[in-house]
Amino acid sequence: MDSDDDFNSSQASGDDFLDDQDSDLGLEDDSDFDMDQDDVGFESQDKDMGPRKQAYEVDFKVFDPQQIQGSQDRQIDEVSSILGQPPEATAILLRHLRWNKERLIDRYMDNQEEILESAGLGETAANNPPKISKVAGFVCDICCEDDPSLDTFAMKCGHRFCVECYRQYLYTKIKEEGEAARIRCPGDGCNRIVDSKSLDLLVAEELRDRYHELLTRTYVDDKDNLRWCPAPNCVYAVECGVKNKDLMQIVPTVHCECSHDFCFGCSLNDHQPAPCALVKMWLKKCEDDSETANWISANTKECPKCNSTIEKNGGCNHMTCRKCRHEFCWMCMGVWSEHGTSWYNCNRFEEKSGSEARDAQAKSRMSLERYLHYYNRYANHEQSAKLDKDIYLKTEKKMQQLQNTTGMSWIEVQYLDTASQALQQCRQTLKWTYAFAYYLARNNLTEIFEDNQKDLEMAVENLSEMFEKPVDQLQGLKVDMMDKTSYCTKRRVILLNDTAENLKLGNWEFNVKFS
Amino acid sequence: MAALPKRIIKETERLSKEPVPGISAVPHDDNLRYFDVTIDGPAQSPYEGTLLPPFGGVFKLELFLPDDYPMTPPKVRFLTKIYHPNIDRLGRICLDVLKSNWSPALQIRTILLSIQALLGAPNPDDPLANDVAQQWKEDQNQAIATAKEWTEKFAKA
Ligand SMILES: [Zn+2]
Ligand SMILES: [Zn+2]
Ligand SMILES: [Zn+2]
Ligand SMILES: [Zn+2]
Ligand SMILES: [Zn+2]
Ligand SMILES: [Zn+2]
Repeated sequence: MDSDDDFNSSQASGDDFLDDQDSDLGLEDDSDFDMDQDDVGFESQDKDMGPRKQAYEVDFKVFDPQQIQGSQDRQIDEVSSILGQPPEATAILLRHLRWNKERLIDRYMDNQEEILESAGLGETAANNPPKISKVAGFVCDICCEDDPSLDTFAMKCGHRFCVECYRQYLYTKIKEEGEAARIRCPGDGCNRIVDSKSLDLLVAEELRDRYHELLTRTYVDDKDNLRWCPAPNCVYAVECGVKNKDLMQIVPTVHCECSHDFCFGCSLNDHQPAPCALVKMWLKKCEDDSETANWISANTKECPKCNSTIEKNGGCNHMTCRKCRHEFCWMCMGVWSEHGTSWYNCNRFEEKSGSEARDAQAKSRMSLERYLHYYNRYANHEQSAKLDKDIYLKTEKKMQQLQNTTGMSWIEVQYLDTASQALQQCRQTLKWTYAFAYYLARNNLTEIFEDNQKDLEMAVENLSEMFEKPVDQLQGLKVDMMDKTSYCTKRRVILLNDTAENLKLGNWEFNVKFS
Repeated sequence: MAALPKRIIKETERLSKEPVPGISAVPHDDNLRYFDVTIDGPAQSPYEGTLLPPFGGVFKLELFLPDDYPMTPPKVRFLTKIYHPNIDRLGRICLDVLKSNWSPALQIRTILLSIQALLGAPNPDDPLANDVAQQWKEDQNQAIATAKEWTEKFAKA
C-alpha cells in the first residue's frame, strides 16, 4: 500500500511539474521525465538518456561473416527439426525457396513429394544417387563429340551431356557468373536446378569451395532485411527493417563497421535527405545531360574583375583573385562581401517572371538554366568535398611537423580530423539537398528547406575556410574550429530532421512523379 | 589462332548444307568465328518485303562466336536500321535466349530463328529501344506504319 501511495504522489507532483514546464518552457518530451532531476539542465539530462535517435535515422544492425553463418545455421536447424529432414537437405530446400521459411513449411506440409522433387531431393534421387556413365551411340549436343568412351552425365530431366562439357558449364556459372543456388540444367529450356550432390560429383574441389561460399552469400541476397555492405572487399552485411515500399517516406542510411555510410534501400553512398527514387531520377538526368553540364564543373574560372584565370584549390567558395585581390563567390561569381554573413542568392534559384516563360524557347532555356543552377551546386559540393580532403591531408602533415617542434600531443590535433570528417559529411548532405530542391515544388515548406540549406552551407563554408589558414595559426584557432565543427553538425541534423519528418508525413510536394 | 572446335565446324557445315529458309549465315574466310547474316522479315509482319520493287525485307546482321562459345551465347547485332521495340539504335537485340536463357545446347540456327520470330512478334513490354516501345504502346498502327516505312527504306536486298 505504501509503495502505491508513494507512486501516486510522485506521479501527481510529476504531472504538476510537467504542466509548469509545458507552459513555461514548452517541454514536449514527458515520457523521459524523472523526479530526481528537478534542477538538472537539459544537456546532462540528454546525456543520461544516451544518444537519442534522430528523425532521419533508422535502426540497423551490422553482422560479420561468422554471425551470418550462425544465423543461417540456426534457421536450418530450426526448420530441420520442424520438417524432420537432415540439415543438409533442409539447407537445399531453404535455398530453393529463397529462405522463405513459412512458404517452405506450407508447401512441405501441402505436398512433401513435390517440393522434394523440385529441389532435386526426391525419393528417386535418394534411391538413385547421381552417377557418371558411358552411353552407346551418344553424341554430346554441346561439343558434338561421339566417342563411345565418353563419360556422360544427366540429371533426372534426362538432358545428357559429356562430363567435360558439364564441368565447363558449371565452371562458367560458378566462376564467371557467380551463380550457385539456382544453376539450371544446361539443356535448352530446362528449369531443373543442379543440386549440390550432382555438383559435388562433377566439379573439382577448388570450385566446390567457391560454390559453397556463394551458397552462403545467397542467404543475404535472398533476405529482404539483409544487405551486403557495398564497400569494396567489405565482408559485413547490414540488417534493417525498412521495406521497399517505405522508400518514399524514409531514407534508410546505415553505417557499416568498415565506416562506410550507405543507403539500405539502394546501396548507393549516403544520399540524405533525398529519397532513393529521386536519387535515381537525378543521376539518370545528370548522365543524360552530362555533355551540357560538363563545362560548368570545370575547375577554372575567370576573375569577374580582371579576367585572370583562377584555379580553385581549396573547398571554400570564398575566392580571392591573386592578381587584383578581388573577393568573389565561386558559385555565383558575385561579390563576396554581399555574401559574407548572409549567404544569399546562392542556394536559391530565383524563378523568372511569367512574361519570359511565355516564349517557348525561353522556357526551354529556362529549364536548362534551372537544371544547371542546381547541378552546378550539386557538382560543386562533390568537388569541394574532394578538395577539402586534400587540403586536410596536407594540413595534417604540416601539423605533424608542428607537433614535433611545439610538443603538442596527438590527441590535441584530433580536432582537425573531426572537423574534416564533419565537413565531408555535411558536403555530402549539401550535395543531395540540391538534387532534392531541384524536384521540389515552390511553397512555404520549400522556403524553410532552402533556409536550412543556406544555414548549413554557410556553416560549411566557414569551417572549410579555416583549413586555408596558415598552419602556424591553426593552433590558436582550435576552439574556434571546434565551435564551427559542432555548429556544422548541428545545422546538418536540423536540416535532416526537418526533411525526414516531412517525408514521413508525405508533406513534400514534388514537381515530378517518382515511379 | 586456336583450332576451331568441332562444334563450330559441325554447325557451320550444317548451316550451308541444310540452310534455314529465309536465313543465311556465312563465315568470313579469314575469321571463321565471324558470320555475315541475313534474315528475311517474316510474312505478315511490318518487316516483310514487297512483291514488287522496292522489294526490301532483307535484314543484315553480324554474328560473332566468342572464345568460350557455346558456354556463353554468340554476339549478334543488326547492321540494317530497323524500327522495333526490342532492337536499339545500335542494332543490339533484347532477347532472353541471348542472355539469361542461353543454353549451351542452343545453336546459331536456333538463335537466328528466335530473332526472326522476334520480328514477327515485337514485345513492347520488355523494351530495349524505349522510345520505340512507347510509340508501340501509345499508337500501334502508327508504329507499324513507321516500321514498314523503315523496312522499305533501309532493308533492301
Ligand atoms: Zn560435350
Ligand atoms: Zn534438363
Ligand atoms: Zn562495410
Ligand atoms: Zn537509396
Ligand atoms: Zn582579379
Ligand atoms: Zn554566391
